[in-house]
Amino acid sequence: MLNTKSTTTEAWDSLISQKVDSLPPSGIRKFFDLLSSMEDVISLGIGEPDFVTPWHIREAGTYSLEKGYTMYTSNSGMLELRQELANYLELRYGVSYHPEHEILITVGSSEGLDLAMRAIINPGDEVIIPDPYYVAYPANTILAGGVPISTPTSEENNFVIKATDIEARITKQTKAILIGYPANPTGAVMSKSESSAIAELAKKYNLLVISDEIYARLVYGVEHICFPSLPEMKERTILISGFSKSHAMTGWRIGYVAADRRFIQALTKIHQYTMLCAPTMAQMAAIEALRNGDSEVEKMVQEYNRRRRLMVKRLHEIGLPCFEPKGAFYAFPSIKATGMNSEDFAEKLLIEEKVAVVPGPAFGPCGEGFVRCCYATSLSDIEEALRRMDRFVRKNKLNTK
Amino acid sequence: MKEIFEILEQNARATPEQISTMVDKPVSEVEKIIRQAEKDAIILKYKTIIDWPKLGEGDIWALIEVRITPQRDVGFDAIAERIYQFPEVYSAYLVSGTYDLAILVKGKNMQEISSFVTEKLAPLERVQSTVTHFLLKRYKENGETFHLPKETNKRLPITP
Repeated sequence: MLNTKSTTTEAWDSLISQKVDSLPPSGIRKFFDLLSSMEDVISLGIGEPDFVTPWHIREAGTYSLEKGYTMYTSNSGMLELRQELANYLELRYGVSYHPEHEILITVGSSEGLDLAMRAIINPGDEVIIPDPYYVAYPANTILAGGVPISTPTSEENNFVIKATDIEARITKQTKAILIGYPANPTGAVMSKSESSAIAELAKKYNLLVISDEIYARLVYGVEHICFPSLPEMKERTILISGFSKSHAMTGWRIGYVAADRRFIQALTKIHQYTMLCAPTMAQMAAIEALRNGDSEVEKMVQEYNRRRRLMVKRLHEIGLPCFEPKGAFYAFPSIKATGMNSEDFAEKLLIEEKVAVVPGPAFGPCGEGFVRCCYATSLSDIEEALRRMDRFVRKNKLNTK
Repeated sequence: MKEIFEILEQNARATPEQISTMVDKPVSEVEKIIRQAEKDAIILKYKTIIDWPKLGEGDIWALIEVRITPQRDVGFDAIAERIYQFPEVYSAYLVSGTYDLAILVKGKNMQEISSFVTEKLAPLERVQSTVTHFLLKRYKENGETFHLPKETNKRLPITP
């Protein structure tokens, strides 16, 4: 029994693992409390689609409940779904995975990422991550006992990691390169030549590549390069993806990992002891999404593209230059012209104009001087938010002079 | 070009400037396409969808099945025109199946609709029979749903 006198902060802290204790909380949630106490806020700080899951997919989920599909599925997920995924990856990206041994259905792509890290990392192994990064990348690496080696990217290079920068950071401990393109928070996409350069490095130094392609379907005017489809990359790539962004299914928690069977076996081992299987209802819905969801995906992509153009153009007009994001649903404008740092900018903007954006440093030090604006919100909200930002920038530019 | 019309169909008040940004074409070109479409009657009209019952303005609606005798040379068109010219007729369709015309009729009250049917529609020479279905509830019209509580934003304000 604990002595009540010992329940000081220090005493409690010692009960929490040092690794978890030292992990910084996600910077993205910093404004959460401030925000929830305010009214009439337009939030561009959201990282999920504003569309509801297409009706036919919701209907398939409901139907599975009505039919009584309420039991576990196999650890790997329903074979029917894995077969659909194998077809999908083959048809769309020309990379073939064996549905029985090379695909694992996970609870969102987040689980897939966690599994991949835990399955490959030995204590002290290093994982190269482009900065700015998705908030979970370094955290997952650390929790798995690895060391995240962040590699700066910049606006000049369209926020794509350069092979030479990676090479400069490769040591004996380097185990893997973790990339996520199209990227959150920058909206950057990776070209074929850039991907191939990384592929060459992976071969040269015998590294694994973990490719988080959750935004693969949300690209505008460019073709998505599926990393394992590059020559000789299938056997050394762990592909992570899901349905959250493409089919507006964030709350269903359904994703998948595709990789060589050695990896899938290892990931499945952890998965079976921690998760057992992904929700059956969500798996049934995902089958419907793959079979009949394409036209709805295309409709959403077209809509995002209109909003993307509107947001990027208006940001430029306001005086917040923004490199053209060709994927995901984020714009990543520079706010350096205001003389403020990202956090001050975001906080003042929220208090003065009731527009929420996420300060760039929440995604790593290279995010300083930028904010993330999500355009997965209605056109009228985007227009109003940018009107308010315009007013804010004009006012604050004057202040600095 | 199709995309411009899709945007206008969703929001008739979208300005050429807004549309030009969204489709990444010069404003002048968008204006030209819209002008031409108006001229060619591709764009017929700019309308507003109003939920009248919400204002307590309860029009009565009826869907009427009409069986008619087609005429030599003009088929169903001549008699259809005689029918759809009545201002009471809101929509009119030639349909396949057990009857020929499906028309949607609007009136202030039941009396008004029944007098339209008995005094104007049924007595027409080529109308063989009519079946009138009064509308009880509107669920969806022109792609817009009614009677649904306005969707509140269910998303958390900040997510990764």
